[in-house]
Amino acid sequence: MEQTKTDMDARVLDERVSAIDVRGDVTAASEGALMDAYNRASGPRTGSVILNFSGLDYMNSGGIGLLVTLLVRAKRQKQRLLASGLNDHYRQILELTRLDEAIEIFPTEDEAVAAARGR
Amino acid sequence: MKRDVENWAKPVGKLQSTDVAGAINANVQGKRVSGALQGFGRMYQKTFRVKLAGVPATPREVVRTWKDRYPEFWPKGNRFYAPTAGIAPGEVGLINASLPGTPTMATGVLVVYADDESFTFMTPEGHPFAGWITFSAYDDGGTTVAQVQEFIRASDPLWELGMATFIGRKQNRIWIDTLSNMAAHFGLHGAEVEKEIVVVDRKRQWAHAKNVWHNAGVRSGLYAMGAPLRMIRRRSR
Repeated sequence: MEQTKTDMDARVLDERVSAIDVRGDVTAASEGALMDAYNRASGPRTGSVILNFSGLDYMNSGGIGLLVTLLVRAKRQKQRLLASGLNDHYRQILELTRLDEAIEIFPTEDEAVAAARGR
Repeated sequence: MKRDVENWAKPVGKLQSTDVAGAINANVQGKRVSGALQGFGRMYQKTFRVKLAGVPATPREVVRTWKDRYPEFWPKGNRFYAPTAGIAPGEVGLINASLPGTPTMATGVLVVYADDESFTFMTPEGHPFAGWITFSAYDDGGTTVAQVQEFIRASDPLWELGMATFIGRKQNRIWIDTLSNMAAHFGLHGAEVEKEIVVVDRKRQWAHAKNVWHNAGVRSGLYAMGAPLRMIRRRSR
């Protein structure tokens, strides 16, 4: 079986907005890393979490399941989930799976941050 | 190019289904696919797995066999009509399922993902549940394990009612029987299938109650009632 190489970093941009850098592979095996990053990104007043996918190398259908689980968790916390840095291929996957109806997609993190801050 | 590009289907607006001899091709053509986010009922992650102990087949060999012989592993009373091009990204398969006391329910699936060790189906509007089903195999300490994992919600309030009763049990039975049949194909008879069901989201999405308009059970009933009319029309041509 292929080894999964996942690297997730959480960055708190301000008390309302955080970002998670998603790098490497996103598969079902990435659950621990993603949920750990989400816990670090999510504070008591966090209203938006941006997933920065510019370092994403590989995603299979297990990765989609993981994003759905994250979406459910964020919804429970009344948080918005935004995505940035997706290339055409991964944007199409979100469109195919209709995750783009629940995760707001922006070309760059700056634009996602501006949207999260209501600008 | 990303190494998963060939594994994913391209986005589809509306599904295109092709007639297959002997199959009722209904409730697929022109429908959109629905993920768990577009469904109505509680969201479940259901996992079924069987350890193929003593079977020398690798995960890749198991998945290759599964793709090639997928319809054969289904339990009696339910038919899966595989796409002519096989289980490959972007292909559409037809399903004719039997529900007690009702006409054959016609629906289908889109193959959204396929690689050497897994493949994933996504359901069309009207299907009993909205979501993804992933079939995979992996190595667990030298033993190949075959697994079915669903990420689903009942599509509409009628199906949600059914899911809480007999349809949910029947759905689970399909995957238990499928895995048993596959294990038997590899010479492993009476293998135990493990089942794990997790409620991911207890909330029902009432905004999607209108999905009932596409309900494949209701529409299959109407389709069956229209059979005499279709026969007369064919004869008069």
